[in-house]
Amino acid sequence: MWKFVIPVAAFVALAVLFALGLNPKRDIHALPSPLIGKEAPAFDLTDVMDPSRHVDNAALKGQVYVLNVWGTWCFECRAEHDELLAIARQHVVPLIGLDYMDQREKAREWLTQLGNPYQGVGFDTDGRTAINWGVYGAPETYLVDGHGRILYKFISPITPEVWEREFLPRISAAQRSGS
Amino acid sequence: MAALVLAAIAGSALGAADSTVNTYGEIANPALQARYEHVTQDLRCLVCQNESIADSNVELASDLRRQVREMLIAGKSDDEIFKFMTDRYGEFVRFNPPLTPKTWLIWGAPFIMVVVGAIVIIRVARHRASLPVDDEPAPETK
Repeated sequence: MWKFVIPVAAFVALAVLFALGLNPKRDIHALPSPLIGKEAPAFDLTDVMDPSRHVDNAALKGQVYVLNVWGTWCFECRAEHDELLAIARQHVVPLIGLDYMDQREKAREWLTQLGNPYQGVGFDTDGRTAINWGVYGAPETYLVDGHGRILYKFISPITPEVWEREFLPRISAAQRSGS
Repeated sequence: MAALVLAAIAGSALGAADSTVNTYGEIANPALQARYEHVTQDLRCLVCQNESIADSNVELASDLRRQVREMLIAGKSDDEIFKFMTDRYGEFVRFNPPLTPKTWLIWGAPFIMVVVGAIVIIRVARHRASLPVDDEPAPETK
């Protein structure tokens, strides 16, 4: 009896392990953010477009917003830019930019040429805001609820499908739950 | 660069001896520098993932090294620095994950394997010992 059960059980256990480990849909480089459900780290930065203007998330308290981390050096940010412009046109949620590891001049040029989807773009001069948010690349996009808590983080460029599937339902739920 | 100068100023303002930082990012205080090396060796660079922030050249790693240096000079303990990092980047940021309910299997696996191996060896040995001694050579066939 055991001579039969043990090998079969071992086989099944290994098969399950391999099925999970080799699942092509699983992104082994994706890292879940420990900040989900926690208070969004505070920041107060100058605006890329107008250094005399401040972009800070204290002013956003009480509303659901999306924070998009990007940089002109980031190839995939260019890919998602059109989708960000489309999102901005929907007027569903304010889009805040965080310009990461970048130069102000280049960033300004980028937004002037391609269009500016952001309500405000914080210029993260020395990467400190990014560290506080657990940013390790770009693009990364965070959804923050009306209580100032991070609801969701998406790493890699936003596509229309991702926006509809991952963001819109969470945004409308967060907006409904009131703030 | 400006950050290093700032860190140096912040350090001297606190009155900490030898907390100046040279152009290579080394802290003058050897004890702090030793802790700096130890801590940065144990933090993963999340861009390159298999390099520590001590080894990596990417900008995020240098930002994180600056963060570690500043926290050391500000008098934070190693654990406080590790907590700062794992709060933001998750346990994965550490090369040497602490023993928690989620990681006991990782730490326990070698011991479990030794125990399982020992059980198998003992059982096989006992089984062999119980076999009749039979050292007569097999009849040769011609």
